Amino acid sequence: MSEFAVVWQHRSMILVGFENTLIIVAISAAGALVLGALLTIPLMSRLKPIRSLATAYVDAMRCVPFLLFVYLLYFGLPSLGLRFDNWSAGVAALILYNTAYMGELLRASWSNLPKEMIEAGHAFGFSGWRLFRRIILPPVVFSALPLIGNQLIQIVKDSAFLTIIAVAELTHEATSLQTTYFVPFASFIAAVILYWVTCVTIEGAVGFANRFAEDRR
Amino acid sequence: MTAHDYLSIVHGALATVSMSLVSILFGVPIGLGLALIRWSRLPFLDQAAAVYVSIIRTCPSVTLALLIYFALPEVGISLDPVPAGILTLTLSTSAFDTEIWRSALINFPRDQYDAALSFGMRRGLRFRHVVLPQIVHGSLPALVNEMTLLVKASPAVAVLGIVEITRAAIRVGARTYDPLPPFIFALVLYSLIVFAFVKTQRVIERRVAQAGASQ
Repeated sequence: MSEFAVVWQHRSMILVGFENTLIIVAISAAGALVLGALLTIPLMSRLKPIRSLATAYVDAMRCVPFLLFVYLLYFGLPSLGLRFDNWSAGVAALILYNTAYMGELLRASWSNLPKEMIEAGHAFGFSGWRLFRRIILPPVVFSALPLIGNQLIQIVKDSAFLTIIAVAELTHEATSLQTTYFVPFASFIAAVILYWVTCVTIEGAVGFANRFAEDRR
Repeated sequence: MTAHDYLSIVHGALATVSMSLVSILFGVPIGLGLALIRWSRLPFLDQAAAVYVSIIRTCPSVTLALLIYFALPEVGISLDPVPAGILTLTLSTSAFDTEIWRSALINFPRDQYDAALSFGMRRGLRFRHVVLPQIVHGSLPALVNEMTLLVKASPAVAVLGIVEITRAAIRVGARTYDPLPPFIFALVLYSLIVFAFVKTQRVIERRVAQAGASQ
């Protein structure tokens, strides 16, 4: 139990890491959602070259493990002349990787959208960007909410990989706490509990949003 | 990159594949066991399994690996990196498998179960001959999907110093000062492994479909 006392004494370290994880997750989730929604346009395009290009991107991301992708961005791109610091490389990796997954699940939800809705939109004079933004996107996002929730949890979990490029997120701070004071059990348990709280909160929020979506329908 | 470098990454691929396979071998039955505990609503155990699944599902594999490797020695269980890595992957995949099995059990048609009951089949027999074959068939795509996710989560064990594909590629990149080629090669290997899983699933599904048709 004295271990937990040590962690409590140095809780500011863990809390800083937790805060950084939350910031990273918030930025990446927002970025991946917006870009993923935009990615559905080429994914659903009637032009085959555009569609296959977008599909190739999604498939490539689904084959790479996230950690390898982070390394690719952080260590691989400098040899092409692009250099990032670890924070921007980490957040960029999270956004680019999860954009593909968000795009794919929103595309699946879009292809289940009843045709009549889009035709009705056309009949009311909606077209192009306004059709997408006002008629297609809202029901697509609402019906994909549970899957979006799962992907948000995946972003939280992926963010832990950023410890490997020394981003000061929760797992990184728990590791440095454990190496400084040798309290492996308490510091990692604290991290696991904070991750759990984050994900349970996300699940709750998605459940709440889902109820809101049901009401609107 | 020399031939030796390629070979070292292929060697890493063997580690990735064997660790993933062992974790699947343990994780799938453990998941089934936990799902059965939840399905039969055993008091206390049901809630314990639910909490286990909820925590493990939301725990990043890296954090779990570090917890197992650094914290277990405190309670007198000292594991080498490879068993610790396998334990990490097994715990993580079993939690996801539990949910897959559980949803198959929940969706299992109740009338078939009752029919087996009315024929006087005992509990074990009922499960083995009526429930299990059907939920295996129904869960297979989701289970294979989880296996590919496991392969993609497996680089997490690199933090314990295990040389699997990703770490092997890093080493080559650090030595040659040209990280791009080994990373691309690693990417190709991962894609091949994931593709092999998906392909196996298709073959099994076709076999099952043929066996079903010939009966």
